[in-house]
Amino acid sequence: MNSITNVSRRGFLQGILSTGAFVISVQLLPESLFAADVPVPSPADKATLHPSVYVGIDPDGTVYIIAHRSEMGTTSRTSVPLVLAEELDADWSRVKVQQAIGDPRYGSQDTDGSHSIREFYGPMREAGATARLMLIRAAAQQWGVPEGECTTEPHTVVHKASGKKAGYGDLVAAAAKQPVPKKEELHFKPKSAWRYVGKGQSSCDLEDICTGKAKFGMDSHLDGMVFASIEHPPVLGGKVKSYDDKAPLQVKGVQKTILIEPFTPPHHFQPLGGIAVIADNTWSAMQGRKKLKPVWDNGPHAVYDSAEYKKELQATARKPCKVARNIGDVDAAFAQGGKILEAEYYLPHLAHASMETPVALANYRDGKVEVWASTQNPQGVQEVISQKLGIPKESVVCHVPLLGGGFGRKSKPDFAAEAAILSKQVGRPVKVVWSREDDIRFDYYHSVSALYLKAALGPNGLPTAWLQRSVFPPIGSTFDANATYGSAGEMQLGWADLPFNIANIRAENGPAVAHVRIGWLRSVANIYHAFAAHSFADECAHAAGRDSVEYLLDLIGPPRIIDVKASAPEYENYGGSPTDYPLDTARLRHVLQVAAEKSGWAQFKPSKGKGVGIAAHRSFLTYVATVVHVEINDQGEIRIPRVDTAVDAGLVVNPEATRNQFEGAAVFGNSLTRFGEITATNGVIDQSNFDSYPVTRMNEAPYKTNVYLVESDAPPAGVGEPGVPPFAPALCNAIFSATGKRIRELPLSKANLAA
Amino acid sequence: MIELKVNGVQRSFDGEPAMPLLWYLRDILGLTGTKFGCGMALCGACTVHQNGKAIRSCITTMQRAAGTEIRTIEDLSAHGLQPVQTAWMEVNVPQCGYCQSGQIMQAAALLHEKPHPTDADIDDIMSGNICRCGTYQRIRAAIKTAAGERA
Repeated sequence: MNSITNVSRRGFLQGILSTGAFVISVQLLPESLFAADVPVPSPADKATLHPSVYVGIDPDGTVYIIAHRSEMGTTSRTSVPLVLAEELDADWSRVKVQQAIGDPRYGSQDTDGSHSIREFYGPMREAGATARLMLIRAAAQQWGVPEGECTTEPHTVVHKASGKKAGYGDLVAAAAKQPVPKKEELHFKPKSAWRYVGKGQSSCDLEDICTGKAKFGMDSHLDGMVFASIEHPPVLGGKVKSYDDKAPLQVKGVQKTILIEPFTPPHHFQPLGGIAVIADNTWSAMQGRKKLKPVWDNGPHAVYDSAEYKKELQATARKPCKVARNIGDVDAAFAQGGKILEAEYYLPHLAHASMETPVALANYRDGKVEVWASTQNPQGVQEVISQKLGIPKESVVCHVPLLGGGFGRKSKPDFAAEAAILSKQVGRPVKVVWSREDDIRFDYYHSVSALYLKAALGPNGLPTAWLQRSVFPPIGSTFDANATYGSAGEMQLGWADLPFNIANIRAENGPAVAHVRIGWLRSVANIYHAFAAHSFADECAHAAGRDSVEYLLDLIGPPRIIDVKASAPEYENYGGSPTDYPLDTARLRHVLQVAAEKSGWAQFKPSKGKGVGIAAHRSFLTYVATVVHVEINDQGEIRIPRVDTAVDAGLVVNPEATRNQFEGAAVFGNSLTRFGEITATNGVIDQSNFDSYPVTRMNEAPYKTNVYLVESDAPPAGVGEPGVPPFAPALCNAIFSATGKRIRELPLSKANLAA
Repeated sequence: MIELKVNGVQRSFDGEPAMPLLWYLRDILGLTGTKFGCGMALCGACTVHQNGKAIRSCITTMQRAAGTEIRTIEDLSAHGLQPVQTAWMEVNVPQCGYCQSGQIMQAAALLHEKPHPTDADIDDIMSGNICRCGTYQRIRAAIKTAAGERA
């Protein structure tokens, strides 16, 4: 239930707002819960919670808008409040964005899944419109005029007939006494009157970032804090057998060593355990750590060997697996013959490698913890610290500074729990800083995957049947040690929702045991699903002897709404309702055509070493098509002169920030396609820093990525992740166009592209 | 005792001479604009100026910083925004922003040496600075914008 309540008396925003501030919240909490004024709902209550938003206005006219999502580079900290400012008709220069602490009253704050705008666009508009109407009513009463005659200019209520005007600040005292209007009473601004939505604003942190003033998690500070560097068990689930607790203390600045208990399976968001070195500064802690000489009991995951494991995954993918979606009867269709194509694809684990490593500062005092964490998930921080220290969640206050990148890694707050555990033992604030080696070696990895595809092409070259199997250790293994199959959540990511017009389709998923922590990474299972499906589609086009764009349009088929659930009962559609966010092939066709046209596809003639490739993919409810131009010299070196990406993300609130996301997604895609590979030997991760786990540098990046945003009035969809999935297949299809070499395994650094 | 100048202020340090300048700046002086990214001079997040040249503070020991003048991002705008910072804002370069202090310090040093860098110059000098968000084409555009302002 969506109730809007005047909560001035609750002191939710104490410390931010001065006395007399007028506070509006759009609460989507159950009414009874709200009435009971429960400060933090139970986990059961939480499951039914919906997002809420807050805005406050001070008598001096300052508008405070709460950013309750984490800022890790998508500009959501600016764009989400901007929606509220629009309907409030606020002057953006008088808005102060305030970062929320972790608190379930805001609904889920886990900033992932590309849904900050999608989920909060409506609530933010309502919150803004509600506040605006109350200000209008306050002014109308003061002036003794009908409210219908009053309008607003930025930050001002206006009565045109009398020429009266009143600033928002002057009206807040009276507005706070107004009853909260019902949703039906609200007026929303017509699109033609929008000042911010669809036009955008620069990040509210832009100048601070460019002057070094911005405070990231890494920059958190408390007087008297000490620094910790932690030696984790090299193999997941390993335990400390012994270590030298004397030698580290000889290092100048080192204060003590502390043993952190291993986790109880499943590992979830728990710390990995290990030995912490506490010191006066980060460097001393890191130096002391080198003297620990730990001896480990590695446990059962020491069997993990990536080369062997690859064979197991591939063997599984060659056999019938669990069905995630079925249309028609692929077996019968294959039995009828036609041109049969088969292909296997393989992609390794990936690490997130945010520029800022995991970092948290915690201060335990009198049974309470205050923590500053680079987290996408402040409520997860509260939860894991509460569990590990045996204190109520309400006793954990989690502040959210800026994140130096996240990409999904920082939804998992194991490192914040480490800081809290250590602070309790040290009796002082402790800042845990992971080294780059810690970050690469102890990630929640993007899953390794093996995929098998088979198609029968009919006389017209189009598939009569399409079988696809994916096998990967699932994210579920992080929460259930016995989980081996992909969840519906993973199957919806580019697998169960294959938007092709084929009479017989079967999507399957096979089991795989996880030996490292598996987590979500920017666009998640879409990465391997899209790579396999769109590489294979290109293989089919080539086998049919047709132009890839024309073939894809036929493969997608006529404009229509696909009811995925009819053939994949567990399909989740990213949580989007099928009415607001149907899978609409017209939109997929359109972005494909726009990308092809803008890239000069029809005019391009592939020649030796020069090629072009395309892929179109819907993810996070956004339709994206990407064309990659590639040049490959005789030495096999790759240059990407140009990328063209067409995007239909519905209504786009902040176009410039959105273009930046899709430019960045091409670079992120370039990293995983060309360089990204995490492997394990005897359970130990082989890579450790940017030398062994390279990511794209400027000289390797696409020289120019052009982003075309399709004008749309459809509800807003995701923009942080959807640019990633089509890039790898588009690049590899371009490589095929340039060299005739079909890439079925990533990263490209393993392929020989030399002439 | 190690003597050095940081952002125009004379400083002395009596700690471990092998300590990298990065941690001295961050943990001891509280100049957190300079970032830790890799600890091995692989990413450039820790870039500062030493006697006007861009260096990686994560592998520059205090011993090697002795007697030199260090300038960090905090001082780059001490007397108003530099053209490179103005350009960064104009082009909306940052996403998460974490690497941008290092990028800006590197770009400022580049423009000091080559006021009108070519694409090859930019690749050459900037490829040591990683941006995981992938803002490279905006970094390139901002450097060219800043170069235009100087022209």
